[in-house]
Amino acid sequence: MNLIRYFKARISENRQLNGEHNLLTLVPLTGINEPEPGQFYMTGTGACNYDPLLKRPFSLFRRKNNSLQILYRIKGRGTSLISGLGEGAIVDMLGPLGNSYPMPAHNETPLIIAGGIGIAPLFSLAERLAGRAYIFYGARTRDELFFLAELKVFAKGLFISTDDGSYGEKGAIIAVLNDFLTRHSSPVTRHLIYACGPAPMFESLWNVVRGTGIKTYVTLEENMACGIGACLGCVVNTGDGHKSVCKEGPVFLINDILHITG
Amino acid sequence: MDLSVSIGPLRLKNPVVTASGTFGYGEEYSEFIDLSSLGGVVVKGLSLLPKEGNPPPRITETPAGMLNAVGLQNIGIERFLREKLPFLRQFDTSVIVNFFGDSMDEYSKAAESLSSADGIHALEMNISCPNKQAGWCIFGTDPKVTFEVVTAVRRSTHLPLIVKLSPNVTDIRVIARAAADAGADALSLINTITGMAIDIRTRRPVLANITGGLSGPAIKPVALRMVWETYNAVNLPLIGMGGIMNSDDAIEFMLAGASAVAVGTANFIRPTAPVDVLKGIEKYMAEHAIPGISAIRGGMITDRKP
Repeated sequence: MNLIRYFKARISENRQLNGEHNLLTLVPLTGINEPEPGQFYMTGTGACNYDPLLKRPFSLFRRKNNSLQILYRIKGRGTSLISGLGEGAIVDMLGPLGNSYPMPAHNETPLIIAGGIGIAPLFSLAERLAGRAYIFYGARTRDELFFLAELKVFAKGLFISTDDGSYGEKGAIIAVLNDFLTRHSSPVTRHLIYACGPAPMFESLWNVVRGTGIKTYVTLEENMACGIGACLGCVVNTGDGHKSVCKEGPVFLINDILHITG
Repeated sequence: MDLSVSIGPLRLKNPVVTASGTFGYGEEYSEFIDLSSLGGVVVKGLSLLPKEGNPPPRITETPAGMLNAVGLQNIGIERFLREKLPFLRQFDTSVIVNFFGDSMDEYSKAAESLSSADGIHALEMNISCPNKQAGWCIFGTDPKVTFEVVTAVRRSTHLPLIVKLSPNVTDIRVIARAAADAGADALSLINTITGMAIDIRTRRPVLANITGGLSGPAIKPVALRMVWETYNAVNLPLIGMGGIMNSDDAIEFMLAGASAVAVGTANFIRPTAPVDVLKGIEKYMAEHAIPGISAIRGGMITDRKP
């Protein structure tokens, strides 16, 4: 028995990035297991009125000094309540949980594809792969692109798009990726894709990579209760039956997830 | 102090067990909790054959509760016996196996195949599932059907038999009596309360299955009332559950008539919840000079007769 993955952390900052997005910086009060890019934490407020009741899953955004950072979008009741927590508040953490991104081989060129808040799990991967990865980052508008200066430093090449054209290319990020692949494909290049974003982005990505042999990892999101594979609440339908996003994911191969529509 | 309780022929070292479906097959939580400190581990419901369960989304939070429509996904009895039970045998705790079937025959066969395994201390029978043969009506909502299916299972096992009651009935005492008459050794209650939630933006149900089972603190008052009613209606040990978050909640269930309690949804919020509940019960006993936990069963003081 070991409680290292169940710990309390103090909020040192809950910074508003724009009206809908916050960066939460947490300092664990006890020793923790080092997280790998792609892993996540169940985060709870311990509210005595049971609101929220369940913990919420958040990807690790960045491990920085002695803190853990979480980039989140305020979307429902849970994230709204968490956004109201101030400096000094104590939260209940379970993690790091789930699998992580397999690292690219030496002869593979990693491509990181983020749509909107999908940058959250990919940022620490970009940092880990500094100087090696091409980063493709799309959002609805300029205000929803975060930490571009850092990403520029991490990236071998950084490609940006916005739906409204307020920054970078106008249009979907998968179109930018498609252009890149057309220009950069050669018999000697082996691309490896890591992607996170909304479901329609995964579908366009599937249309691009399907049949090309490009290994593509996607990070999924699902409502979760336990985070450790016990409640079976967060399953995704794969070619090999239902798999728990929390335990067998959150990182999956795209062909295991989209085989049904494909 | 004596924490042990009798659940019919089953002796639990203490009154705290885990609720089926919230604790996996035990190993998922063994990192956070010493399973030997528990009165019992009730594993996720099993059927003869593996089940894929319902499509996602399967869960959503509601005020002080959660809805789930997992749909009884499980690995099947054979794999459980081969891959999960050996792990549980290492611990000094009672292993209680929850099971179900979709016909009388499947219930009996499931009970039979579990009964020959080494290391299972009791069976908990889930009667809140639909009967395929009889137009998908629920085994646990018609007393005649409950009596028949419990009778069939009773003939198929020598193990202590706990019947888990559904709260989705007009009068739970009627079903409790049917289970008791059919030879149940104990009853556990309550299972989840059927509910639903709608996303008003998309106008779609939140759960793919539309309806799901409500659990968590929101259902505790209902669960408590049903335990109290059942305690006054049948002479069987009861395992009380439904929204137990802490030892105060657990003691309420015992005062209402439960011999033991199961911690369910709380496991998701605090993986150490069952141990915290147990510690709180010990503290309560010390503070109130209660030598044996069984003494508080049904100890609610009231001037009214039920």
